[in-house]
Amino acid sequence: MTGRPRAWLMIALGLGVLAALPLLSTGGVLTWGFQVLLFVALAQSWNVLGGFGGQVSLGHAAFFGLGAVVTRMVWLSGHPLAVALPAGMVAATMAGVLIGAPTLRLRGPYFAIGTLAVAEILRITVGNVLPEVSTLSAPALAGYTLVPRYLLALMAAVLSTLVAWMLTQTRFGYGLAVVRDDEAVAEAVGVNAFRHKLAVFVLSSALAGLTGGVFGYYHVSFYPQFAFSPLWTFDALLITFFGGTGTVWGPPFAAAVYLLFREALALRLVELHVLVFGIVFVLVVLAFPGGLVAAWRAFGPGRLRQTHGS
Amino acid sequence: MTSVLLQNAVFGLLLGGLYGLGAVGLSLVFGVLAVLNVAHGELIMLGGYVSVWLFTLWRVDPFVSVLVAGPALFLVGAVLFRLFFRRLVSFAEDDRIKTSILIGFGLALVLQTLAILAWGADERAVTPRYAGMVMTVGNVVVPLSRLGALALAFLVLGGVHLFLTRTRVGTALRATADDEQGAVLVGIPIGTAYLRAFALGSALAGVAGALVSVSDAVSPAIGLHWTLKALIVIVLGGMGNIFGTFVAGLFLGLAEATSGFLLGNAYREVVGLMLFLLVLSVRPRGLLTRS
Repeated sequence: MTGRPRAWLMIALGLGVLAALPLLSTGGVLTWGFQVLLFVALAQSWNVLGGFGGQVSLGHAAFFGLGAVVTRMVWLSGHPLAVALPAGMVAATMAGVLIGAPTLRLRGPYFAIGTLAVAEILRITVGNVLPEVSTLSAPALAGYTLVPRYLLALMAAVLSTLVAWMLTQTRFGYGLAVVRDDEAVAEAVGVNAFRHKLAVFVLSSALAGLTGGVFGYYHVSFYPQFAFSPLWTFDALLITFFGGTGTVWGPPFAAAVYLLFREALALRLVELHVLVFGIVFVLVVLAFPGGLVAAWRAFGPGRLRQTHGS
Repeated sequence: MTSVLLQNAVFGLLLGGLYGLGAVGLSLVFGVLAVLNVAHGELIMLGGYVSVWLFTLWRVDPFVSVLVAGPALFLVGAVLFRLFFRRLVSFAEDDRIKTSILIGFGLALVLQTLAILAWGADERAVTPRYAGMVMTVGNVVVPLSRLGALALAFLVLGGVHLFLTRTRVGTALRATADDEQGAVLVGIPIGTAYLRAFALGSALAGVAGALVSVSDAVSPAIGLHWTLKALIVIVLGGMGNIFGTFVAGLFLGLAEATSGFLLGNAYREVVGLMLFLLVLSVRPRGLLTRS
């Protein structure tokens, strides 16, 4: 890593610009920036599990939703955000252990369907238990500013991207890559497949919970059930596959492109971007499993090589 | 008390027949192709819209619309197979299932969005003249339209059973499901068998959709609901046996209705999903293994 000072310089520069964005602009651009960063964090949290871990979960919304609702409830009951955000993260982490342990024993397609079933159970139950819309109180609304929300989203995006990058650098990440590519080989060389899968599942849940917490802190009013909508899972998958699963820089780029498209197309028709990205998603899965990053490596100047997990 | 329970059970069974029919197409496709098409519920939704439109435009009876919805979705299925799922055939089985889930998931989004763009997000319903008619047995009320849907579902499944067991084409499909290499060796063109199985599975979704429209509202968002029901039924009922799937559908309907009665209607959906997880945790490969 010391051999690539230019890359580090660029990353530092990019982060500097992102951190300074609230000073340079307000309103529309900042809101857009917030959404991009939120989706970077969301997609990256899925990428950690689905891309680097190879476990295609369709229940990601459950952890995002838990983070959102718990953070929101603790915060609105009068506790500072420094308590509320970790509380949401802890809830999502614990749910990650409770849900991951049984579902990761499921083979092949049953893991994907099982996680989807768990997320639906949670979504329906939350809808029954908390049917009322959650709106900020008048004092909270009076003190509402976008800048801290933006900076929190930036923190979540940086943290989740850092975790993804760590998976390309650490012993745990190498072990995980072996488990993803061939569990039998992993066990043969002494890597405990189940422990690696559970650890990355919990890690991914914690990051999704943090992202959900930022969403719960940001949104003025929403139905608790909305935070558990399968759409959050779908968005995370679309972005990750579009950018390239198991790559560090694919999801951030794809999130920016995704939201740019969404802004541009939403002016005409709200649903159009889902259509476009749904088709792109299917084509990427079929024809270009490496996503944007692979395309960049194949056709671009090759600046992004060595980002792959293995 | 008992009569309320009995009434719930009857409604559960009537709905369960549709669960069974909705699942058979998915089960057939999975059995023959080892492809898990999670956009199956969206195909059911499209079948529902065929019926809604035929009724809205020309007052066509939904039971007659079945004759259109089936062939229409047969074509849709053939096109979807040609465009997307055919490429998966060369994949190893585990990869094939995993990739097919992702493709089905993308297709589900696309089909749902297309439906919203074409017809709006509102619920639509078919209202034939007999919509409110009921038959009373003792204290229990049986809506005639739902009873008719159950009967027709049973007839269609009987037809599929005869097709699979009594015709050469059907036998070829079963042979492909049992042993792909063996099927190739005895000269079955499995590419064609795959296409037929996928199109037939989609046609069954179309029929199920038209029958759903008899008693329930249709909207672009109902797909995931029906996909989940179909998956639960398949895991409960096991593979390869059409009537087993149908019985599992009835069982799910009954279980939902009973638990809805005992725990409150808000949780009836949860019970099916719990059953599903329970079966999976006892048998991690599911009851739905390809033998």
